[in-house]
Amino acid sequence: MNDALLGGFVDAAVQSSHAFRAALTVLSQPGEIRELHGAVPPAPLSVAAGVLLLTLCDGTTPLHLAGAYDCASVRDWITFHCGAPLVSVEAAVFALGDWVALQPLGQFAIGLPDYPDRAVTLIVEMPALEAKGAVLRGPGIADAAYLSLPEVAAFQANRALFPLGFDCFFTCGAKVAALPRSTHVEAV
Amino acid sequence: MSDQAYNFAYLDEQTKRMIRRAILKGVAVPGYQVPFASREMPMPYGWGTGGVQVTAACLTPDDTLKVIDQGADDTTNAVSIRKFFQRTAGVAVTEATADATLIQTRHRIPEAALTTGQILVYQVPIPEPLRFLEPRETETRKMHELEEYGLIHVKLYEDIARHGTIATSYAYPVKVEGRYVMDPSPIPKFDNPKLSNSPALQLFGAGREQRIYALPPFTHVVSLDFDDHPFEPSKAPHDCDLCGAGESYLDEVITDDQGGRMFVCSDTDFCRTRCEAGHLGALGVPVLKGGA
Ligand SMILES: [Zn+2]
Repeated sequence: MNDALLGGFVDAAVQSSHAFRAALTVLSQPGEIRELHGAVPPAPLSVAAGVLLLTLCDGTTPLHLAGAYDCASVRDWITFHCGAPLVSVEAAVFALGDWVALQPLGQFAIGLPDYPDRAVTLIVEMPALEAKGAVLRGPGIADAAYLSLPEVAAFQANRALFPLGFDCFFTCGAKVAALPRSTHVEAV
Repeated sequence: MSDQAYNFAYLDEQTKRMIRRAILKGVAVPGYQVPFASREMPMPYGWGTGGVQVTAACLTPDDTLKVIDQGADDTTNAVSIRKFFQRTAGVAVTEATADATLIQTRHRIPEAALTTGQILVYQVPIPEPLRFLEPRETETRKMHELEEYGLIHVKLYEDIARHGTIATSYAYPVKVEGRYVMDPSPIPKFDNPKLSNSPALQLFGAGREQRIYALPPFTHVVSLDFDDHPFEPSKAPHDCDLCGAGESYLDEVITDDQGGRMFVCSDTDFCRTRCEAGHLGALGVPVLKGGA
C-alpha cells in the first residue's frame, strides 16, 4: 500500500473536534502549549503540523510548502488526505515550513484593509517549543506570557500592520502553540 | 449516545472546517466581523442558527453544554438547542454556569464569573453596529477600515440631547482593543462590563447575516461614551424578590391580573443557586433541602 494513504484520522469528526479545540485554545491564549494527536504524517512533517493540516485544510485552502516540506511524500500525503491545492507563496491561505524556509515573509497575503481575514496562516515547524523566551502581551493574555519564538523583530513588524498581518501556529512533535497578529512581542 | 444518522455535531466536516477557519481569523482580529458561508440548520433563523453553527464547530464529545435564552435554561429555544446537541453530539448538559465548558447564550451573560477554558457563544441577530446608520455593506466595511466611527457617537449624543441620557439599553456598542466598534448582541448594557477582560473566550455567530466575530480572553472592551456622559450599566433599582440579590440583572414578572408584579433574577441558575444556599428575597419561599 502506498504510504500516502496511511496516517490520516481514523475518526475524523471526533479527532478534528479535539484538534480544533486545541488550536482554538492556543490561538486565543498566546503562549499556551497543547498537544495534537491522531495523525501519523510522513517525515519531515511533525504530528502536530499533520493534525493541523487535516483539521483546517481542504480543497478550498491553497497551501504553500516551503523548503524541505516541499517533498514528494508530504505532497502526496496532503493531496490524498486534505486535497489542498499546492501553490506558490502569494496565493497561499496556509503555508508550512521551518522559519528559515518561510522567509521572506513579505510575500505572504496579510489581508485587505476591508477584509483583514484574507491573510495567510503560517504553520511553522520548530526544533523546540517552550513557554519561555519572548514576552507576549495583548488579547488572550492576562498579564504576560512567554514563548520560544524563532525571532522577535518579524512579529513586531507584523503587529505594526494590525489589523492586517499573518497569524502563526508553531509545531514541534505533538506540541502546538500560536501567535495571532494581535500579540505584542518583546525580547526578554 | 449521539444519533448516528448525523455527523458529529450535525454539520459535515467541510462545513465545520470553513467555520473553524473563520473563528480562528475572528480570534486573530478581535471585534472584526469575519464573513462565513452560513448553512441551513434544522431550525428557523431567529433561533440562533449562527450561534448553533459556532457551537457545532467548537464542541468535542468531552464538553458540558449549557444553553440560555435571556438568562433562562428552560425556554423553548434553549431546551431545543440543548436537545439538538445532546442528540447530534452526545455531549453532557448542565444548567450550572460553573459546570459548563461551553455556554450558548441569547441576550445575556451569566451572573456567575466565567473562568479560563470556558467558551461563551452568543447568538447574534444583527452583527453590524453601524447598520442602522448605513444600510450598505460596502460603506460600513469602509467605515470599519478607516475607523470612521463618528456617526455612531453622533447617534448616542442625539440620545443625550433628546432624553438627557443615552437611551440605548440593549446591544450597546463597544470598542475592542481601541480598534473595532462591535455589537455585543442584544445583551442589556448592564452586561457590557463583563465583556471586558473575561477569562473566557467569547464567540459571536450571526446566521442570517453570515458573520462570526470574537473576543479572546482578557481582551479590553470599552462601551462607547462621552466625558460628560460616562457609560452607566443600569438595572432596575430593586433586589430580586426571590433570592434577594442586589447586584443581578432583573426581569419584571406580572404575577396576577390585579397589577401584581415582582422582580426576579433573569439568570435562573444564579437565582436558584442563591435560593438553595438560603438567601431569601422579599417574596421568596425558603427552599427545603431534600423536600418536595
Ligand atoms: Zn434572584
